Amino acid sequence: MTTLDQTTKNALSVGWPSWRRSLWYHWAFYSKTWRASVISTFLFPILYLTSMGLGVGHLVDKHTGLVQGQTYLHFVAPGLLAITAMQLAAGETMWPILGALKWVRTYHAAATTPLKPEDIVTGKLGWVSIRLFTTGAVYVVIISFFGALSSWWSIALPFVGVLTGLAFGAPLMAFSSRMESDVPFTTIYRFIIVPMFLFSATFYPLHEYPGALRPLVQFMPLYHGVALARSFAFGDVPVLATMGHVAVLASLSVIGVVQARKSMRKRLVS
Amino acid sequence: MATPAPLVVASKLTKDFGSFRAVDDIDFTIERGESFGFLGPNGAGKTSTMRMLSGITTPTSGDLTIFGLDPRTQGPFIRARLGLVPQEDTLELELSVLDNLLMFGRYFDLPKAVIKERALELLDFAQLSDRAKDKVDDLSGGMKRRLTIARSLINQPELLILDEPTTGLDPQARHLLWERLYRLKSEGVTLIITTHYMDEAEQLCDRLVVMDHGHIVAHGAPRDLISEHATREVLELRFDTNAVISEDVLRVLAERVEVLPDRVLMYVHDGDATLAKVHKAGLAPQSALVRRSSLEDVFLRLTGRTLVE
Repeated sequence: MTTLDQTTKNALSVGWPSWRRSLWYHWAFYSKTWRASVISTFLFPILYLTSMGLGVGHLVDKHTGLVQGQTYLHFVAPGLLAITAMQLAAGETMWPILGALKWVRTYHAAATTPLKPEDIVTGKLGWVSIRLFTTGAVYVVIISFFGALSSWWSIALPFVGVLTGLAFGAPLMAFSSRMESDVPFTTIYRFIIVPMFLFSATFYPLHEYPGALRPLVQFMPLYHGVALARSFAFGDVPVLATMGHVAVLASLSVIGVVQARKSMRKRLVS
Repeated sequence: MATPAPLVVASKLTKDFGSFRAVDDIDFTIERGESFGFLGPNGAGKTSTMRMLSGITTPTSGDLTIFGLDPRTQGPFIRARLGLVPQEDTLELELSVLDNLLMFGRYFDLPKAVIKERALELLDFAQLSDRAKDKVDDLSGGMKRRLTIARSLINQPELLILDEPTTGLDPQARHLLWERLYRLKSEGVTLIITTHYMDEAEQLCDRLVVMDHGHIVAHGAPRDLISEHATREVLELRFDTNAVISEDVLRVLAERVEVLPDRVLMYVHDGDATLAKVHKAGLAPQSALVRRSSLEDVFLRLTGRTLVE
């Protein structure tokens, strides 16, 4: 009987958010399956920086000179961090969410425990944030190995990664938890993720775009992540613009979290 | 200490999905320590009822208490004290058998050492000890089912809810599961079971309700339901397909006669005596079978023979 009482008492867990159990679950799952993601975490930054930073960079530096006062490697590295954050968060919040709801149905299993649907969302996004942060930190370390760190502000880059990732991950989680099939995900990749990857002033500065297209570029969420990462990497942090970028990304994250909690409740509990 | 109060009390319990009423104004109570069944064809409202009883979904209207708690406000506390075995397995296929148990235990905030100890006991209980390190994906259907049941016991629930626990299993696997469920019951766990299998309901349930179209159409102990809704015996007759049978002749010989495409069922007290009368009346069935009435007869009588898809 004492164990039962203990279990019931634990469901209360005064002083601790109940979603920590969902977070723990993701950590434990990751600790058993981490090998699959280790390549994307460590190798991709190296590959990206080698190919874009050193390869393309060599060409650019030779023919164009500095980009925004930086070598091309310096210029492109923070953008790559933002791109990676977007891709990581999107990858974690599309197929895996649908899988946990429809194919393997592990979220349904979690819903039979003291966890609430909201805890499942918060735990998952909390876990994605941790992954974003560590991947961002790995990026910073690898960028420094490439000798492309120019400011102490770069310490903030992992946080930029978290914010950029959540601006995609949270709304996508809301979207995924309403899905019945994975067909729309391919469309999202083709028409949202890939275009942003290419056209968010990632590989060349905004002023290289034709004037008429610039507002369109600035409309893309990834642009704000790239701009934010770049300003921290260069140590050039204009207050107003930075607040604007943060506001865009934070709004997307907050709206996404609120909607994801709603749709998860609808999906699991009705 | 066992309390005299019922474990579950439902009154005027109703669940709507949009304009569809899945559960319509049902009443029942479930006592601590009993094994209670929900029978009914597909779409009768069994699963919706199970989901309310597990504190996952909340009723649209009516009252429901589980352990004396209200699922509308105390869902997490209710769920901490019960186990649910859903219709479909929801295991982590990429993880090992043991890891599935260990990780699920953390959802209940149990200390690691306690989880480990219980997990090993449950592996033994589910006869999966030698598969502990294997990936769940590689298990047979029966093993996955046993693991799902083991997982639902990690919090030592007072109430275990099983939604069609043996659907799709072979007879050996079913009997093993039944035996394990008996063991749980003898340890004092209250069981709530939905099933399509009438033999399973007769085997496992102290009391049961039959649901149809969201309503409870009958309730009682399996034996009582049979004596209330069926005769003691059933005489099954098969006739030559070309034979013209006068139903009226048969009707006077039985309490109830059901003419099916392939055979005639006569619900009677004494099957052999009736068969003699059938012969005496000049009818010559190709074959005749006398059997005791079963819960299946009750079920078909109450819910009809029309296929529910």
